[in-house]
Amino acid sequence: MADYTYTLLIPLIPLFVFVLLGLTGHKMKPVVSGLIGTSGLGISAILAYATAFKYFWTGHATGTAYTSIKAFEVSWLHLTDKLTIHLGALIDPISVMMLVVITTVSLMVHIYSIGYMKGDPGFYRFFSFLSLFSFSMLGLILATNIFQMYIFWELVGVSSFLLIGYYYEKPSAVAASKKAFIVTRFADLGFLIGILMLSFNTGTFDFQTLTDPHGPAIASVGGAAFMGMSVLTWSLIFIFVGGAGKSAMFPFHIWLPDAMEGPTPVSALIHAATMVVAGVYLVARLFPVYALAAPDALHVVAWVGGFSSIFAAVIACTQTDIKRVLAFSTMSQIGYMMLALGVSGFGGEDGLGFMASNFHLFTHAMFKALLFLGAGAVIHAVHSNEITDMGGLRKHLPITHITFLIACLTIAGIPPFSGFFSKDEILAAAFHSNKFLFAIEYIVAGLTAFYMFRLYYGIFWGKNTHYHHTPHEAPKVMTIPLMILAFGSIFAGFLPFHNLVTSDGKGFESHIDWMIAIPSVLIGVIGIIIATIMYKKPTAIPDKLAGTFKNLYKWAHRKFYMDEVYLYVTRKIIFRYISAPIAWFDRHIVDGTMNGIAGMTVWAAYAIRGLQSGKLQQYAFVFVGGTVVLVLIFVYLV
Amino acid sequence: MIQNIPLSYYLVISTLMFFIGIYGFLTRRNLITMLMSVELILNSVNINFVAFNRYLYPQQLQGHFFMLIVIAVAAAEAAVAIAIIINIYRNFKSIDVENVDEMKY
Repeated sequence: MADYTYTLLIPLIPLFVFVLLGLTGHKMKPVVSGLIGTSGLGISAILAYATAFKYFWTGHATGTAYTSIKAFEVSWLHLTDKLTIHLGALIDPISVMMLVVITTVSLMVHIYSIGYMKGDPGFYRFFSFLSLFSFSMLGLILATNIFQMYIFWELVGVSSFLLIGYYYEKPSAVAASKKAFIVTRFADLGFLIGILMLSFNTGTFDFQTLTDPHGPAIASVGGAAFMGMSVLTWSLIFIFVGGAGKSAMFPFHIWLPDAMEGPTPVSALIHAATMVVAGVYLVARLFPVYALAAPDALHVVAWVGGFSSIFAAVIACTQTDIKRVLAFSTMSQIGYMMLALGVSGFGGEDGLGFMASNFHLFTHAMFKALLFLGAGAVIHAVHSNEITDMGGLRKHLPITHITFLIACLTIAGIPPFSGFFSKDEILAAAFHSNKFLFAIEYIVAGLTAFYMFRLYYGIFWGKNTHYHHTPHEAPKVMTIPLMILAFGSIFAGFLPFHNLVTSDGKGFESHIDWMIAIPSVLIGVIGIIIATIMYKKPTAIPDKLAGTFKNLYKWAHRKFYMDEVYLYVTRKIIFRYISAPIAWFDRHIVDGTMNGIAGMTVWAAYAIRGLQSGKLQQYAFVFVGGTVVLVLIFVYLV
Repeated sequence: MIQNIPLSYYLVISTLMFFIGIYGFLTRRNLITMLMSVELILNSVNINFVAFNRYLYPQQLQGHFFMLIVIAVAAAEAAVAIAIIINIYRNFKSIDVENVDEMKY
């Protein structure tokens, strides 16, 4: 077995950079702090690539299954003999794949940010937060046990909070960061309950023990039952609630669109490529437990994923803020991944969905980061997020235009771009498991192509908007990451994922099922054609359609009033009937007791303060008088 | 000669001095006069010490020495008290004890 201890450096270097920049960044020139952050992450990325190469190819005998290796572990908190929390690094196919995804996207975002954030007064702060995020995310990936994962899970939540609220002078950004933090934190409560239930029943936090198909965790299925499902199933559903919160699945998705208040590179890194897929990673990490012990929980995952994907796709068709369109697209694509996990079985070809989900995670990270960075370049040039302020930009931003087009074709599932391959695997997995979900995914594929090209035409074609000053192409430091990611989007589909990342570590034969692939490509093309007709030239069709389906359009445009529902539930029900009585109790009973004690003291002090007159001779007189009285008592009475 | 004077004479003198001191301390408003009253009280005690020592334990000297200690302490105390009085004068432009009650409450 090869030695992988050095993988520890992959998260530790960003941590070091975070501390360094956080403490001394304000004394550096901005460009220096940017370069330190970027080079720190560059080293991490190189180490991650080396690990991947070694794990998947050189250090591995062909034909055998990929094993999971504990590269490093220390006992961090020794509470009792049974309850010990470890920290370490776990190397297995999905964690190695995620290392590559995260370091790549993070490195691209770092490079891009040097250009994008230029001149910003908080330049070093931005880079130190990015490093903190990279550290937390890499720690989450490498977690050897579910508790370590939970710790880093909260750390990424904090970094996300810090970065969404990066422009802290803007009230909307502050509100968005709070919203993101509270919503995900609320979902994390479910995660914590799930962890406690799971580890109470299995007696371990350790992933290797938990996910061992012949281990005690999976053998304990016959345990206690509650409301028709085993406790294990319930605990896995609760864990999925945490995952759904982080991955913006319905009904916890409301924070994701608002999170777009953060700087665009942050949206690309955290809210498109890495942090939001943490939920997928969590389910994938515990996948053997889900698949073998709790198929009911897996159904929940599939249906939540399927519903979220179509829900978000419909909303995305009506949004006009380009980053929000991309945010809903992200939610939709993550729904795809969840669905793929949900319909998957364990082992061999049954594990097609598992493989497809991770495959899509990989390709999605590339093309969605590309889309966001491209959108960032557009925003950089136009100084607006609204699609109505754009149009005809293809002449002004040629490189952004081409890379954005590549990303749109990729997400629409047009061969030979990578999205085609991964989406095809997901559709195939869904086809073999659940025809209804399969049909939903076909519709979503069409909608995806439609709204992405609506966005594309709206930005780069359409009307010739008159700009105050001519938009100019972004500097090289921003366009080069775009090109690299475009390269990844095109060619990532040719990676032999079915041999690398599978549910049981063994490779299997996979081929493109043309019966599924051809209709899916066709439906994507139809979506593109409709978008072309409607948006390539400014026409009246979109308005007419919006007028015809007035209510549907309005509902979708207002995101199906989910924010309003949440506001109603929190303000009108929770605040009024739960929080207000509790606040009254706190203010009148708890505070009242304390105020009463203080008031009594004050009253007593006023009552006796005359004694402390400060008149020296009065004191002396009382003293002498007292002495005389005592003497008289002792002489005559005792 | 001295043997002809009974002990009670000394005690009467010292008691008179003691209560004159108390009276002065309680009625005078001038801080310096109050300090002088305190000296009277101390000295009345000194007389007691010496007198008891002389009449009860003529062979021993503890009472005398204790009296010397009291005088030394009284001298030190007078020095401190006068320093305090000077500071009070600087702050209040007066050494009337009635005025020195501003730190009450």
